[in-house]
Amino acid sequence: MAVIEQPDERTETALAAWWRHFRYVVSENPVTLFAFCLFGMFVFLAFFGPWIVPFDPLASDTSSALQPPSWKHWFGTDNLGRDVFSRVVVATRLDFMIAFSAVAISFVVGSVLGCLSGYYGGWTDRIVGRSIDTIMAFPLFVLAMGIVAALGNTVENIVYATAIINLPFYTRVARAEVNIRRHAGFVDAAKLAGNSDARLLTFHLFPNILPPMMVQVSLNLGWAILNAAGLSFIGLGVRPPAPEWGIMVAEGATFIVSGQWWLALFPGAALMLAVFCFNLLGDGLRDLIDPQRRT
Amino acid sequence: MTDTPAIPLLAIKDLTVEFKTRGGVVEALHQVGFDVYKREMVGVVGESGSGKSVTAYTVMGILDRAGRATSGTANFGGFEMIGAREKDLRALRGREASMIFQSPRTALNPIRKVGKQIEDVLLEHTAVHRRDVKQKAIDLLAQVRILRPEQRYHAYPYELSGGMCQRVMIAIALACEPALLIADEPTTGLDVTTQKATMDIVRDLTSERNMAAILITHDLGLAARYCQRIVVMQKGLVVEAALTEELFHNPQHPYTKKLIKATPRTDSRLEDLSEVSELNEATVATAPAVPSDASVQTRPLLEVRGLIKEYPLHETAERRRLIDRILRPNLTPKQATFRAVDEISFTVNAGESVGLVGESGCGKSTTSSMVTRLLDPTAGTILFDGEDIGAIPARKFARSPLRSSIQMVFQDPTESLNPRFSAFDAIAEPLRRLGDPMNRAVMAARIEELAALVGLPDELLTRFPHQLSGGQKARVGIARAIALNPKLLILDEPTSALDVSVQAVVLLLLDRLRRELGMTYIFVSHDLNVVRLLCNRVIVMNEGQIVETGDAEELLSNPREAYTRALVDAIPNLSRERTHPDLVLV
Repeated sequence: MAVIEQPDERTETALAAWWRHFRYVVSENPVTLFAFCLFGMFVFLAFFGPWIVPFDPLASDTSSALQPPSWKHWFGTDNLGRDVFSRVVVATRLDFMIAFSAVAISFVVGSVLGCLSGYYGGWTDRIVGRSIDTIMAFPLFVLAMGIVAALGNTVENIVYATAIINLPFYTRVARAEVNIRRHAGFVDAAKLAGNSDARLLTFHLFPNILPPMMVQVSLNLGWAILNAAGLSFIGLGVRPPAPEWGIMVAEGATFIVSGQWWLALFPGAALMLAVFCFNLLGDGLRDLIDPQRRT
Repeated sequence: MTDTPAIPLLAIKDLTVEFKTRGGVVEALHQVGFDVYKREMVGVVGESGSGKSVTAYTVMGILDRAGRATSGTANFGGFEMIGAREKDLRALRGREASMIFQSPRTALNPIRKVGKQIEDVLLEHTAVHRRDVKQKAIDLLAQVRILRPEQRYHAYPYELSGGMCQRVMIAIALACEPALLIADEPTTGLDVTTQKATMDIVRDLTSERNMAAILITHDLGLAARYCQRIVVMQKGLVVEAALTEELFHNPQHPYTKKLIKATPRTDSRLEDLSEVSELNEATVATAPAVPSDASVQTRPLLEVRGLIKEYPLHETAERRRLIDRILRPNLTPKQATFRAVDEISFTVNAGESVGLVGESGCGKSTTSSMVTRLLDPTAGTILFDGEDIGAIPARKFARSPLRSSIQMVFQDPTESLNPRFSAFDAIAEPLRRLGDPMNRAVMAARIEELAALVGLPDELLTRFPHQLSGGQKARVGIARAIALNPKLLILDEPTSALDVSVQAVVLLLLDRLRRELGMTYIFVSHDLNVVRLLCNRVIVMNEGQIVETGDAEELLSNPREAYTRALVDAIPNLSRERTHPDLVLV
């Protein structure tokens, strides 16, 4: 094999090495670059959205209600005269927060359950496996509706509901990936080095299952956003007048028949773009996490 | 090597192949050329990366898409194979020239009966009638010496052993009576006795049918046993091509000499191998010539008594028993168990090096796992330094003070290193968990010392396993195992994944470490020549029981039991092949 020039790895800090690897992954694949840029934009809007928008997303102005897109109101105005562009931008934060917290919860809980059942097998596996099967036996969206309806109509409960319905995917991926590695040589070697089961799972097995888990995270973020928007669309969770993509689509839907298409189109497009971005991000994230891709 | 006709069946000339990789274009073959005549078997020998497989793949037109033949010709009975259209090649493959591969199990379709798979090839390439095809398939199975071919016709690949699967592959490859058979490492992963049986079939069938064959292998001994001519390749070049006899009596190229030196023989000693390491790398310091028996004491370090390991035969059977017990509590359940290790007892003295030998499935790995306390025995005692370590459950042994005294070097250096740990971290892991607390600088110094001890250059310590070569990974594995100065080191086929020249270096290293550090070895292996080099004493196992045990040199040159004799005879062996090339297995 040809030798690829490398800086001296000893003097390079971990952060610098990571940054070099990041640049490599991004430059390797233009789609990944695009996905990361898009993601960067969404994150920027989520952080700084409220300060950069031209109008207050909650301020109504009935004199300029239902105006089509123009130079003043890029995405037009809604039935209360609120600026749709400002509302779409400000909504990014809430939607991303719901999606990220839900995915974080299901990732952590799912990884723990999956690792345990994959590593120990036997009764642990049977109990965890059948419980997960029970969750999967429900139509997931209906389950989420039920959870929110039962626990109360708040944003927090949307997060929990979304986390629960995403849990099976993480558990199953983690279980399968740990299961195929539990008899690998490096696991036995770690036992010989005196690692307890907990250490072995945390520091030896778990890092090795991260690449496939990351792909799952990325796809799941898209679903989580859709799910949160879907629940708001049917009136659960986020309540008006808070700007949120799902609610905005729901509110705008009633005006499509009368020709005011911009009310539903722009929040819908934002939603689509976010999901699209997460789906593209998966491969890039995996490459970033996987040490085998490093040269 | 009788009367070879003047016109070769396959003539390869000036073949150059390039691969496109991330780092640019790499030349895999450089002007490779050799001829294959009718009725002969040509051995293509070389270490990994020498381009021996690439040559075969290029000729057959099944090269990876990244590879491309930039020049050269391969004339097969008047037909030019290089640059031929895929359609023509497809008609040729299987009918005129066929190939068998390294892993027979993956080459067979797992969900189709093996008989049907042979029929597929027959129907595709020959004019055989649908009515007769089944009989033809059964005949072929009988020809590759599969017992009860009518029943095996209905077997699925998973129901057959590795050797059987390879025989089915041979049957498929020979189904259309091709003129040329290319065997790419056909016996890797098979036991020595199975290897011999398989290769005998290939030899007999090809000579019966006046076929030509190419045997691609890394094992010089195997090539010597079966081939009339041998082509030695190194780094994409043919360095030497000669008749087998000539090649061994009078090797011309230094690389050939090195390969011959590095291949352990019945009469070779470790000192012979040291020349190889000098040719290989200068990093390994040659050990002072201490007689290896000096360190052996008579104090037993490990005593194994009546060790048994049983596995339930089927999980479903176990579950059915559970249901039975609930429904019919009076009924005593029948024991459906399989004994992997069947009441074995042996002793290992301090400072000794004991070889544990046998075919796959004989229980040697199970035994070593129990001794390392990774697996709980069903019954029996394991006394280590007088303490019954068999009584401590494997789950708890990780935190036992004795953990650091028993360490292990694993079979597969790639698989046994955590892909996310750098070489430094891999070696540091046992020190961090089990060693005395030490600060960073002391730790780093200790790891550099260990790396130096196994001949691993310092700058490689920051690398991840996938950035290291096989030999380097093996060294990391050894450094990790000796980091805690264990009293007992179990070596589970530590060299089976390595090339012979690397194997020679690792064997020397292990021998030197044992003498310098005074460790005790249990060397698990199926390669008797390697065992003979490194061990004082040998324990031969078969079907979970100890067949024979005794002094290594004596037992292997003069085996008492029939099983041991069959094992010894099956090893393809350079020195013996030269004298009487056709030994018959009992």
